[in-house]
Amino acid sequence: MTYESVIGLEVHAQLATTTKIFCGCSAEFGADPNTHVCPVCLGLPGALPVLNQNVVEMAMRIALAAGCTIQPRSRFLRKNYFYPDLPKGYQISQFQSNEEMPLATGGGVDVPSADGGTKTIRLTRIHMEEDAGKSIHQEAFVAAGESLVDVNRCGVPLIEIVSEPDLSTSEEVFHYLTSLHQLLVYTGVSEGDMEKGHMRIDANVSIRPVGETQLGTKVEIKNVNSFRNCQRAIESEIQRQIDLLETGGEIEQATMLYDPDRNILRAMRTKEESDDYRYFPDPDLVPLVVDSAWVARVQSQIPELPEVKRVRFAEDYDISADQIDVLTADRDVADYFEAAVAAGVQSRLAANWIQGDVMRVLNDRKIAIGDLRVSAEDLAELIGLVDKGDISTSIARTVFDDMVETGDSPAAIVEKKGLVQISDTGELDGVLDQIIADNPKEVERFKGGDQKLMGFFMGQLMRATKGQANPQKASQLLREKLG
Amino acid sequence: MADDSVFSAQTARGLVHGIRREKYTAREITEKILAHIQNTNPDINAFITVDEAGALEAADAVDQKVAAGQALGPLVGVPIALKDVLCTKGLRTTCASKILDNFVPPYDATVVTRLRQADAIILGKLNMDEFAMGSSSENSHFGAVKNPRDQTRVTGGSSGGSAAAVAAGQALMTLGSDTGGSVRLPASFCGVVGLKPTYGRVSRYGLIAYASSLDQIGPFARTVEDTATLLGVIAGHDPRDSTSAHVPVPDYLLACQRGVDGLTIGLPTEFFGAGLQSDVRDAVMQGIEVLEKNGASIREVSLPTAGHPAFAIAAYYIIATAEASSNLSRYDGVKYGFRDEAESLIDMYVQTRSKGFGAEVKRRIMLGTYALSAGYYDAYYRKAQQVRTLIRRDFDRAFESCDLLASPVSPTPAFKLGEKLDDPLQMYLSDIYTVSVNLAGIPGISVPCGTSTEGLPIGLQLLGNAFAEETILSAAAVVERELAS
Ligand SMILES: [Zn+2]
Repeated sequence: MTYESVIGLEVHAQLATTTKIFCGCSAEFGADPNTHVCPVCLGLPGALPVLNQNVVEMAMRIALAAGCTIQPRSRFLRKNYFYPDLPKGYQISQFQSNEEMPLATGGGVDVPSADGGTKTIRLTRIHMEEDAGKSIHQEAFVAAGESLVDVNRCGVPLIEIVSEPDLSTSEEVFHYLTSLHQLLVYTGVSEGDMEKGHMRIDANVSIRPVGETQLGTKVEIKNVNSFRNCQRAIESEIQRQIDLLETGGEIEQATMLYDPDRNILRAMRTKEESDDYRYFPDPDLVPLVVDSAWVARVQSQIPELPEVKRVRFAEDYDISADQIDVLTADRDVADYFEAAVAAGVQSRLAANWIQGDVMRVLNDRKIAIGDLRVSAEDLAELIGLVDKGDISTSIARTVFDDMVETGDSPAAIVEKKGLVQISDTGELDGVLDQIIADNPKEVERFKGGDQKLMGFFMGQLMRATKGQANPQKASQLLREKLG
Repeated sequence: MADDSVFSAQTARGLVHGIRREKYTAREITEKILAHIQNTNPDINAFITVDEAGALEAADAVDQKVAAGQALGPLVGVPIALKDVLCTKGLRTTCASKILDNFVPPYDATVVTRLRQADAIILGKLNMDEFAMGSSSENSHFGAVKNPRDQTRVTGGSSGGSAAAVAAGQALMTLGSDTGGSVRLPASFCGVVGLKPTYGRVSRYGLIAYASSLDQIGPFARTVEDTATLLGVIAGHDPRDSTSAHVPVPDYLLACQRGVDGLTIGLPTEFFGAGLQSDVRDAVMQGIEVLEKNGASIREVSLPTAGHPAFAIAAYYIIATAEASSNLSRYDGVKYGFRDEAESLIDMYVQTRSKGFGAEVKRRIMLGTYALSAGYYDAYYRKAQQVRTLIRRDFDRAFESCDLLASPVSPTPAFKLGEKLDDPLQMYLSDIYTVSVNLAGIPGISVPCGTSTEGLPIGLQLLGNAFAEETILSAAAVVERELAS
């Protein structure tokens, strides 16, 4: 029998705010344990949460970018459970119920489909919540029967983006996650740093025979931290379910954890053991009311989104499809390209340089374009020097590497290192005469018709001038002398 | 209780006057009152913690300010004590529970900060029902509070220590908290003034939560004017409490002079029905006659839902316990407070909470957990919220035709220690006239209006519309003036 899979995702993304969702503590990653804490995020008796408006704005920004509807009134609820890294004994989260709405509903994210077109993955909702702390099971302490708790992460703002079960293959899942990640980073809502756990994914997976309309029993895969792992986990879960059905087994509703090292899933709990979180509206927080003026203000702050940018770049610039992809993948790279063009460089030249040397440096050094010491204006100036014939392309590469190191302007480096191209006929004459005198055999062969030796002479010339000879001028002169 | 301390017969207002005029120093006053607490507390048990060193240090600081001619706060040198549900930086805060026996907060509640800024002297922390759950102040890890007017009787609860300390002259003013009547009931039983402000009038930041949507900090004092002064100091918006209101704080002291001429005062029929003891009714009616004599017109009103115990008490106990079951989850032995060591995490949780909480607290946690459970939520929690809406509407309707409502605080005066301890339902009925006020979020006061046949104090409850504390105070001041014993 052939089966199709039905997949829905819940993506938790960490927002790029400087402070936590309900207190003024820093939300920064990597501080010493339990240093970013206060009575509120420690859950001390008597402390009360106050909603960070910045969190609401960021959540609204991604929701609007994904075409969601912002609910005029939403609430935070308490999700009650006991765990040592949950200081209050409950997590404050927006959760959709019959009475209470989350911040945003509806919307969708486009992914490339198998037939070459695009497919919209509908969103159920986007809501805000606080992160929990971290339990640390260090060997020395485990041996003594103890675990440690780091509360720094408690109250770090998260959004949960819940999709409809519109995904049908693990490839689509990968594309969806990539698009979502790009959207989050583009809008400045999240740094999207996977190594810091900025995106964590829960996947609901079920299968059914092709043609069947009713959904199969779903299995939830919890807390996957990379897109590839998510894809692999889903593939192996689909296969497990198919094998089970094919051998006459039955799928049980369950929650699984994925072990990426062994590529296996193990059950966390089954339905009978499922928790009762006793959700109810948090009486310490008033309902969140968002009026249309606020929505409009946030809407106006949303930058041009990747899809729109791609279309515009194709219309406005003389660059290849491949270059459009490279340039629009990152908002800062796109801005850099446009700044270089604005400084007077032809778009194709700017695109070549960015796709080539700029990306090479970024990849080698693992830095973002914002950290590059070469400004778009300086790059434009460098390209201009080549264009004018002041320096050769190969010299320009050396100058660029120098710019990356020092941050100096190309003119300053060319000047400092004396790299200005030799176009002066008199100076080139002398050097060429010397080369002709030193290589009589080659001159003979060239005159006999061996045109390939042109390269040999040019090489000699470049060596003698340390690469500074203007190649067009030199080859012209050489042909005159030998012709 | 008779005592000979210099100021026991005095008001905070008089004391502030004396200190400003340098008739006596804050240190003198503080030393005397600390000695008085030493002498009387073994009988009354109003204090859990007395902070002698802190109080004297604060007194010296005040005296230096006076001597240096610096600007002085409105409560300069006034000895104040706090229900042990309010966080005090560096001073143990227990909630009268074993589970917080050793808890020392690293921060001050907002009201505590405001008291310090007003130059008040904080004497210590007052006994109460554990986690403010109770109507008699007997549910305490530190033993029951005894009524200074008759030590065989309860003070009422849950802020029993706060009422008793004022009644016994152990403090001139105190703060308590009122979730279902916990300020008004002990004020009535102990013969002092106690006010429960509008929900949102006073910041809850640093008030250890029992039921967050009902809790409100309230002042106790011997006089209506002192109550008004203290309310003026603690009221006002606080950015740390999202539920605190952006409503300006009026001059409450001025309101005490306003009188009741032209006010319409409603008597809710349901609050004068069966179960109301006749001497309580007589005293309350005496208070109401005073108001009428001073120009108020009296009319009957009906509160069909708010006045119906089957609705009000039931809705209160579902909402309050549901919130409490969540609020008290944090006491798990992991971070602070009492921990009972065990082999496994789950055993540690179970043993810590089983041994750390008292019987009434556990009863309410279980009740609330049940009310929020999957499959029961709609029948209990949601239904209770619907009743709460109806209760609010009852009061809204009543305040369309009335400026104030007047009623008894409780059906009986102070009952005997131990009398209702084994009968939670009887105990819950002590709050029959007070809980709906918290469900509606409106303000209320208990002001002494007479005594029972046995000579026990009886309070008149005056209720106002949201943020109408001024009207309540103006009427309470009239009752006090005419009926002060
Ligand atoms: Zn914090």
